Order: sequence, then C-alpha cells, then structure tokens
Amino acid sequence: MGKNVMRMTKWKPTGWALAAVAATAAVALAVPSAMAQRDPAYAAARAAGQIGEQPDGYLGFATTPTPAIRALVQDLNIKRKAAYTASAQSTGSTVEQFAFTSGCNLIAKTKPGEKYQTPGGAWKTRDASPPERDARCP
Amino acid sequence: MKRNKSGARRLAIDVRHVAVMIGAPTLMGALAGCVQIETPDKPIEINLNINIRQEVVYRLDGDAKKLIEQNSEIF
Repeated sequence: MGKNVMRMTKWKPTGWALAAVAATAAVALAVPSAMAQRDPAYAAARAAGQIGEQPDGYLGFATTPTPAIRALVQDLNIKRKAAYTASAQSTGSTVEQFAFTSGCNLIAKTKPGEKYQTPGGAWKTRDASPPERDARCP
Repeated sequence: MKRNKSGARRLAIDVRHVAVMIGAPTLMGALAGCVQIETPDKPIEINLNINIRQEVVYRLDGDAKKLIEQNSEIF
C-alpha cells in the first residue's frame, strides 16, 4: 500500500512525458504500416506467460522453457541484438544502452497478462497498473 | 678481433649471472612476502548498469521506439 502511494507520487512529475509517450504510441498505432506479424509460436508463448520482457531489452523465461521455446527466444534475442547493434552505431551509443532503452519501452508496451521482469529480477504479470520499471526509464 | 669476440661473450655470461643473482632474491622475496587473499563466499557482482545513465536513455528513447515499431516481428 505504502509502496503504491510512493509510486504514484513518483510518476506525477512525469505526467507530461507519459502523455507525450502515449500520444506518440497512439499515432504509431493509428498509422497503418507494413508491420510484420509475430511468429504464432512466439505470440502464444508470450500470451501464456512462459516468456516475458527483461529490463535489459531481451526476452527471458518466466518459467522453465521447453527446448522449442528456448530455441525461439534465443533466435529472437539474436535478432534483437543485431537490431540494437545497428541502432547503437547510428546513435553513437553502446548496444547495452540502446537495448536497455528499448527494454524500458518493451516493458511499458506489455499487455495485461504478459510477463515482465522487475528491476529486482522478479517476474511479474502485467495488469492494468503501470509496470515496475527501472528508475532511469523515461 | 678474437679477443673482442671472447670478451663480448664473457660480458654476456656476466650479465646473465648478474640477472640470475638479482632475480633469485627478488623471487624469494616475492614468495616470502605472499599476500594472502581470502576468497569471498559470495559471487562477485559487477553492476554493468552504471554505464547507462538516465540522460542517455532519454536521448535514445525516440530511436528505440522507432526500432520497435519497424521490427515488430521480433519485439
């Protein structure tokens, strides 16, 4: 209870920033683009809460994975790292910095029922309230 | 010429002996003065996050959003 109050107070000053983020997200969703779909196996594992978003920008296992899920996550994380590496180079940042910033966004984007990892390392199920993210996340 | 050659060799041997003479006590000293370090019972944790500062995260936020939107199949 006390923790929740703390969190609310913490978010207050960033209200405008959040609104801006929300607006950007809304525009992005409204504009139809040639967005590729997630692999059905990936979408299913996500929805089932077997895998989730980590603060470092990569996918992790919320429960002990099957070999198939492990392979799926490894493949996606390799692709993510390649994408982070390219973006890090073009923005003059490190892969870790870019991946972490992406992790902030990916945890914010999780849908209720999906899993994410808190800064403390615990796996949580996203609900309607804002996710527990690193203090450095925008 | 001949004397020069042997002279040079003797000098080389001397230098080597001097090196051994200097080296031996140094090594002995190093062994005698061994610093005992107790191994920690807990694993050493290095927090890599110190490299990620909030201002950097704010600067990269827009680009990160763009990357996620444009590669939605892997995110």
